[in-house]
Order: sequence, then C-alpha cells, then structure tokens
Amino acid sequence: MGLDSMHQSASAASTDKPLLSLRNINMNFGGVKALKNVSFDVRPGEVHCLAGENGCGKSTLIKVITGVYRPAEGAVIEYEGETYSHMSPVTAQDRGIQVIWQDLALFPEMTVAENIAFHEVLGGWPRLVDYGRMRRIAVDALARLGVTLDVDLPLKEYAIAQRQIVAIARALVGEAKLVFMDEPTASLTQSETDHLLEIVRSLSASGVAVVFVSHRLAEVLEISSRITVLRDGALVGVYPAAGMTQSKITELMTGKTFDQHVRARPRDDQPVVLDVRGLTRPGQFEDISLTVRRGETVGITGLLGAGRTELALALFGMLKPVSGTISIDGREVRFGSNREAIAAGVAYLSEDRLSLGLIQPQPIADNLVIASLRKILSGGLLSEDRKRSLVSRWIADLGVKIGHQADAISTLSGGNQQRVAIAKWLATDPKLLILDSPTVGVDVGARAGIFDIVAKLAESGLAIILISDEVPEVYFNADRVLHMAQGRIVGTYDPRQSRLEEIEAAVYA
Amino acid sequence: MHSLIRTHATEFSLLAVIVVISTVLSFATANFFTLGNAFDLLNISAVNIIFAVGLLVVLIAGGIDISFAVAASVVQYGTAIALGWIGGGGWVSGLLIAGSLGVLLGCFNAFLIHRFRIISIVATISTFNIYFGLLMFFTRGVSIYDLPDWLTDRVILFEREMPDGTWIEITLPVLVMIVCVVATWTLITRTTIGRQLYAFGDNPEGARRFGINIGAMQFIAFGWLGLMAGIGGLIQAHYAQEVVPNALYGRELDVLAAVVLGGARLGGGKGTVLGCVLGVLLISITQNGLNLMGVSPFAFKMIIGAIILIAITLSNTRIERLLPFVGQRGTGR
Amino acid sequence: MTIIFERIKTAIGPEMAGPGLAFVAVVLVFGIASPQFLSAATFGSVAFQLPELGLLTLAMLLPILTGGLNLAITFTANLAGLTLAWVLKANGGADAGFDIFLVGSLLAVMVGAASGIVMGLVIAFTRAHPILVSLSMMIFLRGLGEFLTRGGDISGFPAFVGVIGHGSVAGIPVPLIVFVVCVLAWHLLLGRTKLGFNTYMIGSNLDATRYSGINTRKAIVLVYTLSGIMCAIAGIIMLARFNSVRIGHGESYLLITVLACFLGGVNPFGGFGRVIPVFVALVVLQLLSSGLNLVGANQHLATAVWGILLVGVMILRWVVSRIKISIVRRGS
Repeated sequence: MGLDSMHQSASAASTDKPLLSLRNINMNFGGVKALKNVSFDVRPGEVHCLAGENGCGKSTLIKVITGVYRPAEGAVIEYEGETYSHMSPVTAQDRGIQVIWQDLALFPEMTVAENIAFHEVLGGWPRLVDYGRMRRIAVDALARLGVTLDVDLPLKEYAIAQRQIVAIARALVGEAKLVFMDEPTASLTQSETDHLLEIVRSLSASGVAVVFVSHRLAEVLEISSRITVLRDGALVGVYPAAGMTQSKITELMTGKTFDQHVRARPRDDQPVVLDVRGLTRPGQFEDISLTVRRGETVGITGLLGAGRTELALALFGMLKPVSGTISIDGREVRFGSNREAIAAGVAYLSEDRLSLGLIQPQPIADNLVIASLRKILSGGLLSEDRKRSLVSRWIADLGVKIGHQADAISTLSGGNQQRVAIAKWLATDPKLLILDSPTVGVDVGARAGIFDIVAKLAESGLAIILISDEVPEVYFNADRVLHMAQGRIVGTYDPRQSRLEEIEAAVYA
Repeated sequence: MHSLIRTHATEFSLLAVIVVISTVLSFATANFFTLGNAFDLLNISAVNIIFAVGLLVVLIAGGIDISFAVAASVVQYGTAIALGWIGGGGWVSGLLIAGSLGVLLGCFNAFLIHRFRIISIVATISTFNIYFGLLMFFTRGVSIYDLPDWLTDRVILFEREMPDGTWIEITLPVLVMIVCVVATWTLITRTTIGRQLYAFGDNPEGARRFGINIGAMQFIAFGWLGLMAGIGGLIQAHYAQEVVPNALYGRELDVLAAVVLGGARLGGGKGTVLGCVLGVLLISITQNGLNLMGVSPFAFKMIIGAIILIAITLSNTRIERLLPFVGQRGTGR
Repeated sequence: MTIIFERIKTAIGPEMAGPGLAFVAVVLVFGIASPQFLSAATFGSVAFQLPELGLLTLAMLLPILTGGLNLAITFTANLAGLTLAWVLKANGGADAGFDIFLVGSLLAVMVGAASGIVMGLVIAFTRAHPILVSLSMMIFLRGLGEFLTRGGDISGFPAFVGVIGHGSVAGIPVPLIVFVVCVLAWHLLLGRTKLGFNTYMIGSNLDATRYSGINTRKAIVLVYTLSGIMCAIAGIIMLARFNSVRIGHGESYLLITVLACFLGGVNPFGGFGRVIPVFVALVVLQLLSSGLNLVGANQHLATAVWGILLVGVMILRWVVSRIKISIVRRGS
C-alpha cells in the first residue's frame, strides 16, 4: 500500500462511488466463524447504521475495518480507491478512519486539550510537548462541533455527555473521513442525545461518513440513511432507512417475528403491597405517590435523568427520602439500609448489571445465593449441598443455560446473566420486585424470555415495578404505565386504553 | 486562580498544613524558624526526595515498586566495588556507575512485569527479597567504611553566615536533589513520554488502543525509578560516609507513604512532583520540629504515623473539602 | 472417572498447582542433594519455624482477599506481645501464674483487635486505600512501641512460657498445634461462614456486594479485626519462642507473608485464594530454607531463593495461560 495514493481522496469523493467497500470478509476465531462472507459499503458523507444483536459480528466487522483484526484470505477492502487485503491500525488512522468506542477510551485525569489532541501532539517519537499547539487544536476541534469547554480542566470534571463530545472532537482532529460510533447514546439523556444527533448530522453535511451502532432503533431510524443488518456473522441485507419500522428491523435482526400484545389486565381487586405517599428527595424525585398491588406490574418510564433509578433506590433503602412515606402491606416502613428493605420483602435488580448487579468474576452459584445466604445455612455454617440444590432449582425454574455452577458468571450471555440476577432476588422471597432496565445488554431475542418470566412472576402474585426508558417495553408488559419527568410523575396510562404512540409522544416530547 | 486551586487541591492543602505546622513550631522553639534550619531540612530530606520523585513516576504509570530501596543498597555496594576496580574514580564516574546499575535493576522489574505479565506488586516483592537476600548473602552483612575520599568528603557548594548567627549551606546532595526534581518534572510534564506515562496509568486499555508502546512505558517508569534509586543510593552513602547493607531496608514504605500523602494515586494517572516534594517535606518538617522541641525521637515516629493516618483519613473525605477557601468542586459528577 | 477428577479439581482448586509443584520440586531437589534432608530433624525445624510466619501470613490473607493489605501485621504482633509482657512483668515477672498469662493474652488479643478495628473503620468508611491506612498504622505502631520500650527488649517471663514456645505435646510442637488450629479456623471461616463468603465477594466487587444486601462495612471491619487478632496470636507465640519482646522483631516477615499468599495462588486484587494452598506455600518456604541450611547456605540466601521461587511460579502461570490460549485459538 503505497504512500503515493494518499492524495487521491479528493477526487474519489463522489456520491455514487463508495468511500469504503468490503467484499468476502471471513473471520474465524478457533472453530467459530464470527463473520461469514460479509460485504459492507459506506458512501462518503452518509450516516450508515450497523444493526444486529449482541454477538452478530458488528464489533468484529469494525475491528476488521480499523485493522485490529486481520480477515481470512480472499478479503477485499477498498478504501478511497485503494485495494487492501487487510488494514493495519496505523494505516486506518492515517487514512482518516476513526472509532469512538463505547467506553470512549479517554483519560479522565488528563486535561480536555490533552484528550482531544493526544494523537497529534503526544503520540509518536519522544519530544517536548507543544502546549500552545495542543490547546489550539483542541479549541478548533470543539469549535467545529459548536461546543465550548475549558480545555485546561481535567476531563473528570465533566459529565459523560461532554466526555462523549470530547471523544468526537478527538476523532475529528485526525482529518476523519469515516467515523465509527459504537453505542454513543447509551448513557446520554434525551436532550444530550438530541445534541449528539445534531452533531452527527453536521458531520455528515461536512462530508464525513458516520457509521452508527446503536440498540435504540428509534434513533437509528431518525439519523441514518441506510441500514446494514447482520445476524450470526452473516449479512442479512442493506436497507434504506426510509420506509423502515422498528419492528421490521427487529425482525431482520432476530429472524423471528414478535407478536407483541398488551399484557395488561385488571388487578384492582388485589390487596395493595406497596403504597408510596408524597415521597420526596429534592433534586432527585419529588412528591411521588403510587401504589402497586399483588400481582400487578407497574411500569415507570421516562428519560435518563428523570429520577427513576433514584426513586427505586429510595424504595430499596439505599437513598433516604426527605419526606413522604412508604408502606408495605399497610405498614409504614423506614429503611436504614437495603438489608432492612430486603427483610421487608423488597428486591431491586440494578440497571448496571456489570458493576452493580452481579459480581462478574465470581461463580454463578455464589452470585445466585448472595442475597439469601441464611437459606443455605446449616448449623450456622454455609452448606455446599444446600447451595447446590438451591441453585439447581432456580436454574431449572428460570431456564438458565449454564455449564457448571462454579463457572464465573461473566461466562454467561447477557440474557442468562439477567435470569441469574432475577433468581438471586426471587430467592429472597420478595413481595415487591423492582426491575430497573432489565433488558440493557440483553439481545432482542432474549428479551421476550425475560418478559415471559416477569409475566409468570406477576401471575404468581408478586408485585412488580418495571423501569425502562424504552416505552414499548413498559407499554406491552405492564398493567399501568407511569411517566416520570424531572423527578415527578407527570402522567399515568392504561395500556388497554392508550395507544403506544400517545405515550411515546408524551415521553419523547 | 480558582481553577488552579481546584486542580492542585492536594498541593495547596499540603502547603497550608506545612505553613500551620511551621507557624506553631516557630513559636514553640527558638531555632525552627531560621534559614539555617530550613537548609538543614533540605540536606536531611535530599535522599528521600530523590527516591520519592522516582517512585512518583512508577505510581503515575499505574505500578508500584517495593524493591527500590534495597536496590539502592545493592547499587551502593556495586558502585563501591566498581570504584575500587577503576582505582577510585570521581563524582562523574560514580554517578554514572550508580545510575547505570540502578537503571539495570529497575529494568529487571520492568522485564518481569512486561514480559511475563506479573503484577508490579508481586514482581517487586519478589525482587525485593532477591536483591536483599543476595546482598546480605554476598556481603555477609559487612559494611564498607573504606570509601574513596571524594565520596566521603562533604561538598559545600555555597555557604554563608546569616545575621541571626546560623549558617546556610547548600551541599552536593541538595544540588543533586534539585537536578533530579527538575529532571523528573521536565520528564513528566514537558515531554510526550511523560504525558504518555500519565495516559497509560490513567487508562491502560485506552493507551493501548492509541498505539502507546506499553513495554516502553514500563521500562521508562521502572528504569527512571532505578536511576533515581541509584543516584539516591550514592548520595546516601556520601551523606552517611559509609555503606551499610541494610541501611535503606524499610525506607521503601516511608517514601511510599510520603509520595501518596503528596497526592499520587495508587492505581496510576495522578500525582505531581510538587505534591511529592511537599509530602516528603511535611514529614521531615514535623520530625525536625518535634526534634527541636525536645520530644523523644521514639515518640515522634509515633506522632508522624498518627499524622499520616489522620491525613489519609481526612484526604479521603478530601482534605481540600475541609479547607474553606477551596470551595466546592465544579461541574463534575 | 472424569467426574471424580472434576470433583478433586474443584475441591483442591486451581490455586494448588503452583505450591503443589513447588513442594514436589523442593522435596525432590533437596532429597537428592542432601541425604539428611528427608529426616525427622528437618521436619522438626520446619515445625518450629513455620508457626510465626504462618500465623502472620494468615493475618495478611484476609485483607488481601478483600482486595486490601495489612502492612501493620508485624508491629501489631509486637504490640500485642508487649501487652502480654507487661501484664506478666507487673504481676510477678518470672513468678507470674498461668492465670496471669491468660489474662495477659486476652489483653494482647484485645490490643491486636483494636489495631484492626481502627484500620477497618477507616478503610470501610472513608474508602481510603488499605495500603496507605495500614502503612500509616504500621508507622504509628512502630513509633508507639519504640516510645514505650525505648528500643530495648523485655524479658524475664515464667518458665511455662518457654514450654509454650518450645514444648511438645505427643511429639508435636505447641506452636505448630496453635498454628494448625488457626489454619483450620481460617479454612472454616473462609469456606463455610457468611463472613468468609462476603470476604471473597467484597474482594471482587464491593459495590455489587453492597447492592446485594451485604453489610460490607461490617464485613471489612470484621476482616481487619480478625487480622489484628491473628497478629496478636502470632505476637504471643513470638514472645514464647524468644522469651522476650522487642519492637521490630519479625519485621522482615512482613513482605514474606505477602509473598507466601501470592505463592499460594491468592489473587493480588482480591476475591480468590484459599487457606490450604497458602499453608502448602508456607511449608515450601520453610523446607527451602531448611534445605538450604543443610547444604550450608544461610537465611539470607533462602530469602533470595524465596523471591526467585515466586517469580518462577508466576512465570509458570504465565506459560500455562499462554498454552491455554493457544489451545483455545486452535479451536480444539
């Protein structure tokens, strides 16, 4: 790959000729075929979405394009008219291919300027740091995005949304022509997401092609011009975004049709399990009143930052409300810690399964019994036999697919991990189960299985609060839907009487 | 100015504590608040500061080194023997030999850590035992008093009698210390290597994706500490006018405490030369002040331990939050 | 057949491979090198030397499993020993009765526990790094001890104290009995109690453990308290073995205990590690130094060889993990 071709790019940037084109991409890991004869192309300046379930080969494909992986013999990669059998990370970066990884790969202790201009100013051979040039590069890159940040502050002083912007600014410094964004909106609030999408549009308008990977299909439809769908390492097809619907993409991704129907049913005759009156913690949630009955599933939806998780933590005894009351089975309770909440029959499945929900390196069995250790005591000591039988029972009950009970929980897929997490809480014999975003990081196909479990649990009399920022999830699976915004409940809907679009319009307004 | 205080909160807090302690001590004793005593303090602290700035670089790169103090002892012996071979030598050859030996020992740590993916605390606890065990075995614990004259003679670069009757002296150890401090500061704040070290300590995976040479980072960090340990070892031999094999045994933990007190973070990515120097000085000043107050030397170690314990307890609720002039932290989460 | 193999493998655990291999290697090498090695004398000397280092290693083990470290173990042991020495001195010195010894030991254990409680509270509530907290506690205790003793030693204890240090019951040295009881207690604690379970979980992920309804602060305080108590037991045994107490005694054991834990397969970041492999690692270390003694080397060389052994085991683990990866890559 000669350096002489470096300057051909300007003429190649016509809309009919693709900027990047891949043919015959095969990738094997051991005996597993991660990519099977995949083709993929990106036109200059377009926003292209790469869709598929976890493990479908999306990130492997990105790593092939950016030179991290080397595809099997026979691969053809054409970029700006040059043909390669494989890329190298250095070539990819030199030729303007940039990736914004989901974890951003930023340096929180270093300044904004250092983060943005890292490659330009701090990479390469040892030399003195040109702080003036570094600052200029950073300010310019931010200006291109229409953002002003104090470039001399350490990055850790900024929130995640600004860090995302810093990561984008960093990608732009290297004269990017093709930018990959891996789940860029996963932890952004709606207004932050809107701002990000605006930036993506302006990048596209200035001729930078953006490949967007997101599990939020609404966003995907809004921003992209074309959608490439992968399933099990193979290409399903390339579709124009116009005329696509979320359910159609889901079908293509999973190869299954989901007939989603409203599961809501009346529960008014059942006794009230949870009764919350005027619960307030200023700045997080205010004047929250709600009831959950036996066997009832109450959905709480709203944007990130609406106070949903904080409310859940207050019900679970991990945040202290300033005023208001919580009653369980008619008795007022005040939790000093989550241990008291668990004893009172409250269980809380964390939204952050990786770092708060499960203890990833530890065995499946230990993760399952951790909240109900007293059940496996025998004569004051933990009994290995009791543990094994308790775990076996729950594994069978919830249909978890595992190899060995002693395997680390991190070896399981997202869906199976979530089932173990649910089992862990069911083992505490809860009256009220709070599920905070239970489908994060769970494949579309496996989500239905999780909700089947939820429905079965409700049927058996458990009171459930289902929190999700995806309105359809609560719409189809809850008996009642509460809309939270800015710490307050601003709307209550009955899925049998309201249309999905009506609630979505209210939430995303 | 406000943002400067915020981003350098540890340094300002340390400075404030040093000022408070110095003020108290200057009222409590007649001799504390004199220039002569201040320069004395620098002389006493020189070796520890040299070690400290070396260790700082390793901590910034996300590692830890337990072995550097005994490595310095090995260097002292090795240098003394090598100087005997070449027939005496001088400061230049002495520093060259000591520095190279130190770098060699430091790089051995880096080799274990990088080549075999051994975690730095495991690797350096091993080399701590290897270096010290072999040193004691081969020397049979015998000290060397027969050092070349140039090494044992005090070198006073500048001296002057002050109006209050005390002498201020700048000795060679202080000069070497200043050179080491400035060199380390230049390395970690002014060169791309230094910033890469920060980045590597802050987010190793991110640094890897950026194409930073991870192996080079380890060798530079541990090699630099080795260099400082070698130089510090020679200066310590000069200061003590003898080479005792276990003289520096246990020094590693004292220096570690001082460096972390100065704001460096175990786990990497954070720490400044100024904070590190202030951390060492805070301990020296307290020790010196208690000494001048006539407190038993046995007691002031205890007091210093208590001070560090309290400082660490408070600094993890963040010292700077307890100080009124710093104000609350900005927009960060 | 494979099931039995699996059972044995899970019962012993993957941590056993390193110390187990080292044990076989040491016995083989010295058994061939020196005819006196495989003798009662060797095992007698190991049996008497093992307990001090062993008890301190047990004290180090719990904090490491939670992802921490307790650098104050040796001086906590010294201070506990000092407490006992004082109680004996204040109540008749060489003529003190066994009841006085018991009271003194109880006070010593309380002193050890107190050191642990303070560290545990600071670590649990401020989340300061355990290395720093225990390091400053170490500096404090060393200063306190030196201040109280003025750097001298305290001796002159009743005769039965010597029996505890050097005597045997049914041919087994008393310190060894104490040590083995402590090993079993730790084994039970870590394998079969809630606190042990929580210790491992906290070592892997403190926040997730707290979210699961575990009182992590209480667990951390308990871990350091137990560590302090184990130091006190080590301090009492050291007093009995040397018939004197001196601040700084056993100081060189500090980093050896960490070495023994790592050699025993304990994960330096916490969450994984068992008592029995650590016990085997300790036996290997003592056999090594006894063997080297036999062939004419001294303790300092043994210290160096211990370091080399740890490096060797870590390199071996690296090689094994590389082989495993290449097997997976080949897709068998």
